[in-house]
Amino acid sequence: MRIISYIEAINEALTEEMRRDDNVFVLGEDVGKKGGVFRATDGLYAEFGEQRVLDTPLSESAIAGVAVGAAMYGMKPVAEMQFADFIMPAVNQIVSEAAKMRYRSNNDWSCPLVIRAPFGGGVHGGLYHSQSVEALFANQPGLKIVIPSNPADAKGLLKAAIRDPDPVLYFEHKKAYRLLKGEVPVDDYIVPIGKADIKRQGDDLTVITYGLMVEETLKVAQQLQEENGISTHVLDLRTIYPLDQQSIIEAAQHTGKVLLLTEDNKEGSIIGEVAAIIAEHCLFDLDAPIARLAAPDAPSMPYAQSLEKDFMVTADQIEEAIIKLAEF
Amino acid sequence: MLEHIKMPQLGESVTEGTIDRWLVKPGDHVEQYDSLAELTTDKVTADLPSQFTGIIQEIISQEGDTVDVGTIVCSIAVEGSSMTSKATTHSTEKESVIPDKSHNKKSDVKRSAVQDGSKKRVSPVVGRLIDDYHLNIDLIEGTGAGGRVTRKDVMNAIESGIMSSQLSPSEQPTTRAAAIKEVEPEENGDIIIPVSSIRKTIAKRMVDSVTQIPHAWMVVEVDVTELVKLRNANKEQFKKQEGYNLTFFAFFVKAVAQALKEFPMLNSVWKGDTIIQKKAVNMSIAVASDDELFVPVIQNCDQLSIAGIAGQIASLAEKGRKKRLTMADMTGGTFTVNNTGSFGSVSSAGIINAPQAAILQVESIVKKPVIYGDNMFAARDMVNLCLSLDHRILDGLVCGKFLARVKELLENMSLSSTSVY
Repeated sequence: MRIISYIEAINEALTEEMRRDDNVFVLGEDVGKKGGVFRATDGLYAEFGEQRVLDTPLSESAIAGVAVGAAMYGMKPVAEMQFADFIMPAVNQIVSEAAKMRYRSNNDWSCPLVIRAPFGGGVHGGLYHSQSVEALFANQPGLKIVIPSNPADAKGLLKAAIRDPDPVLYFEHKKAYRLLKGEVPVDDYIVPIGKADIKRQGDDLTVITYGLMVEETLKVAQQLQEENGISTHVLDLRTIYPLDQQSIIEAAQHTGKVLLLTEDNKEGSIIGEVAAIIAEHCLFDLDAPIARLAAPDAPSMPYAQSLEKDFMVTADQIEEAIIKLAEF
Repeated sequence: MLEHIKMPQLGESVTEGTIDRWLVKPGDHVEQYDSLAELTTDKVTADLPSQFTGIIQEIISQEGDTVDVGTIVCSIAVEGSSMTSKATTHSTEKESVIPDKSHNKKSDVKRSAVQDGSKKRVSPVVGRLIDDYHLNIDLIEGTGAGGRVTRKDVMNAIESGIMSSQLSPSEQPTTRAAAIKEVEPEENGDIIIPVSSIRKTIAKRMVDSVTQIPHAWMVVEVDVTELVKLRNANKEQFKKQEGYNLTFFAFFVKAVAQALKEFPMLNSVWKGDTIIQKKAVNMSIAVASDDELFVPVIQNCDQLSIAGIAGQIASLAEKGRKKRLTMADMTGGTFTVNNTGSFGSVSSAGIINAPQAAILQVESIVKKPVIYGDNMFAARDMVNLCLSLDHRILDGLVCGKFLARVKELLENMSLSSTSVY
């Protein structure tokens, strides 16, 4: 199978969905002629023209608001926030309008939109180009939030998000764009929303994580298997809201030792909810306290490279946490 | 001083770069900020500047190579400047500090785990499995922090089959129980007796003991003719004076307590990876009521006279019959003596009161014709003492010596030599 990058997989999913369904269109800052600051929408303007690839003003509230209105009228908008950090002005549109549309109209109206936003740190981006914002939206019933961890999932999840009848937030890790390359099927397929995925089988301990941390964990797990004989089970959440409770419970029961990882700030992050699910359902399957590894509870990613490295969850930290849990 | 030049990060989201062309070769002298190579990424084209002044030592990445950000692409021998030497000290410092820190952390973790007594700390899943499979956690080797028994240790023990044959009544007994149910359907007139919680406890302790302890048995025959005379001579007077019976059992308990002092291995407790020889001789004595069995304890039995032991037996038996035994009365036993003779038995194989090392059954005293002195028959009072021993802790030799000593003590108890006080 051919190997392409994470961002090429996203571009391919957008292109294929726009060819498949005339109602699909993209809008955002610089998504048109420039093809996006990261080039995620590269080539779309040339193929589909200005009617379906809209360069918008620098107003995230307007981007989301236009998408909400278009979606209510039966269009399938895919709105891009240039950085997830800039999504804040659009929160009212996303939370109060898009998420609640079907519910408050008693099923008369729906809002099938997708909002794509690059998130995550480790790219020397500083405060406004490094944040993880998923937890802000993860207690809003009506929304779905997906975060792919590899190119194949990136393509399949974006297609599923575009075809979903309700609003989906699609967070893509900007460091993954060109870092992650992998086999991606050429044919049309989707990765179902709401299903977590076992990325590695193991029986000493379970790591549950999502986003770029999956790749970091898999590398460490492989190395520890070879060097220390530690066998790590890795569950990729993929959909972080609503969570796939069944898969989480099964993965926790599988080894009885669970390490939860996120690059978001620790307190109030997604993994706290994962820990609660495990605590509710798996007490008598646990062989160790649930462990969490996350970024410090500091307001933002520092710009200085040395401090940025300190802020990020590193392979060394993951390795230490896995060994500690394995030896418990 | 050798310094390394790494592939720089040329913009956000860029994780790798391609060396288009080297502008220097090994041996060239370069000034700080001189261009070393031309780089391209999928976003920009840029020069690779030198961070140092010095001589190019080695070109590591070749033209056309695409390497990750942070990969070393070439090395420079630096002419010692204060700037670079400072940086170097810093980095060596850092290197020496980091392993130290992690080392300390690790040993800290280990130490605290040991102090916690992790072997005793049972995680929820281990507790559940131990219960489900009726395992003895003391027999499972712990590989976790501080010797903690992990879920994996329990699973391995179950899977290895040792447990299922010796320790775990889980599968076989369940199927056996199911089989019994099938062959013995209820018929009219059968009485169904619900199992009381005390019966359940007895059942569990018996199953645990029989499945976990490799029992072995020994019997000695003791001539207690003189002891019988001694007891019968004191019986009436004693009852009048003390208000309770001077039983034969008290004499046996006294002899056993004394022998235990001399053979402390029999007064020990199995702890899995250690055996604890107990200093105190606390004698468990089996007391049966109609449908229940209690094993109260005579604390520090070795320090009591025969009369003192008789008093303790009387008071514990009374409490047992009235169901007034407290936890304090029941705990701390180090050896058990069972008065099976009281209901007429002449030989029996006792089940060890775990985690003790052995149990002694005192059978009925029976008048028997025996060879006495040289070639004479005589009617003598004989009694069998039956010992069940935990073969993990004890061997035949020490038990044989112990029984011989008990026999000697009993046979030397007589009117002329023994006082009950």
